[in-house]
Amino acid sequence: MRHFLPSGWSLIRAYAILVYVFMFLPVVVVVLLSFNASQFGSFPMTGLSLRWFEALWQNEAVLRAFRTSFLLGTLTAIISTTLGVLASLAMVRYQVPGRNLIAVVLIAPILIPEVVLAVALLLFLQVLGIPKSFFLLLMGHVIFTLPFVILVVQARLVGIRREYEEAALSLGASPRQTFFAVTLPLLAPAIFAGMLFAFTISFDDITGTLFWKPGGVETVPTQIFAMLRHSISPEINALGTVMIVLTVGVPLLGAAIARRMAMKRGG
Amino acid sequence: MSVEARERRQPWILLSPALTAITLLLFIPLLFIVVYSFWLRTAVGGVEVTFSTQNWQQALTDPFYRYILFATLRIAFVTTIFCAVLGYPAAYFIARARGNRTILLLLLMLPFWISYIIRTMSWINILGVSGALNTVMLSLGIVDEPVQMLYNEATVILGLVHFLLPFMVLNVYVSVEGIDRSLEDAACSLGATRFQAFREVTLPLSLPGLAAGGLLCFVLAAGTYITPLILGGPRDAMFANLVFEAIITQLNWPMGSALSLLLLLVLGAVVAVYNHFMGMSQLSRGLA
Repeated sequence: MRHFLPSGWSLIRAYAILVYVFMFLPVVVVVLLSFNASQFGSFPMTGLSLRWFEALWQNEAVLRAFRTSFLLGTLTAIISTTLGVLASLAMVRYQVPGRNLIAVVLIAPILIPEVVLAVALLLFLQVLGIPKSFFLLLMGHVIFTLPFVILVVQARLVGIRREYEEAALSLGASPRQTFFAVTLPLLAPAIFAGMLFAFTISFDDITGTLFWKPGGVETVPTQIFAMLRHSISPEINALGTVMIVLTVGVPLLGAAIARRMAMKRGG
Repeated sequence: MSVEARERRQPWILLSPALTAITLLLFIPLLFIVVYSFWLRTAVGGVEVTFSTQNWQQALTDPFYRYILFATLRIAFVTTIFCAVLGYPAAYFIARARGNRTILLLLLMLPFWISYIIRTMSWINILGVSGALNTVMLSLGIVDEPVQMLYNEATVILGLVHFLLPFMVLNVYVSVEGIDRSLEDAACSLGATRFQAFREVTLPLSLPGLAAGGLLCFVLAAGTYITPLILGGPRDAMFANLVFEAIITQLNWPMGSALSLLLLLVLGAVVAVYNHFMGMSQLSRGLA
């Protein structure tokens, strides 16, 4: 079905292709340059080499940043998804009085600019005597990722019908048995999606992290940021490529697993 | 306990961890920095508990702060316009394409998943002195020596547009997708051209999506401080940079509190205007 004259539609298509190029060009250049053999990590490329990935592998600071980011992302995902799934269950399954207000409260952390959230949390915990620490970083990441988890999990929960649980209950299962044998397996894809989302956001965050991180602790984004301040070295491009593979690969892999989980259930 | 009472208590039990976390880690800290913004920093770097409007007076009247505030709003506004101009046709194309729309949308959303800092710094590889563009221009003989194209307001906007465009595309896509195609066909059968049908039917119906995308782009752009640090020059600071400076570099927490609250108030006013005209429901639809 044509919506414009053929020429009009091809114009829109050409325009859209240009937008795609705009979105992808810088990313492609990062990946390309990370395999550059030349000394300076810039054009013209003199050949292909893995030397920058090797240099990365031997860079103790970068490896430490990766460990910190993984630990932080994993803990954030667990806590944030636990809170988020419980809240989503309440919002989707029950008639809560004042639900519109509660819905706004639950997504408040993304309605408030992250800088403001970062300042408020930092100053408040400092006054309580909790200094900049991994704990502060974790609390910050939990509160910042929670709304995203709730939005994703709610969207998935709406699709799960309550009849399955009612059937189990009417067939004599206890509420506890019903939860573990019926509800939890049905929830698994939603929980999984929430954790993935929280992990990715946490792994990528820099705005709040720069406020909350204690001196000497770096996550991958703040490590890249610190490296950028010196100069743009080819190592950063290699690190960028690793990040691209991780942040794109992990959700894609996750989507594939979620689809398999859903298919198993259906079949 | 009766079944009904249990049923009534259940959602609150489920909600309480999340609501407690948000209260303790967001609302109370926010109230706290309101108080903090009326305190003063002492000469030795401590904090004097008092009630003084000095921070607020300075935040509101200092010409430098005001200049940065206007620069921030200008950058956010221009970024939003570019996102709309680039994003709307692309989203329209995806929503009306005959091919696999999910794949097309996912493809455009892919950079969205790529690390923000990587995407921001990647422009250095394109526009830098030894970047791709200079290499091409040198080899074609367009320029004799490399041109520094980075570190100005334009590159800050470029970086922000690249970062925020997916938000716009997603919101416009959701609303165009929701418009019944037969409406355009009906307009055409009544004698409108395809373009008229688009202008009179589809465009007005998709405005809520455009507005939601625009709001997200504006608010997120106005709250950033990383992009100007990476792609801007020394004079391209945005308002969030002032907050970062005050809190992290100068350790002037009362001033930092006042500045961050001012940013919150300004952006809150923008959101309130949006809410007055559009309501918040479109926004959560685009986010989920």
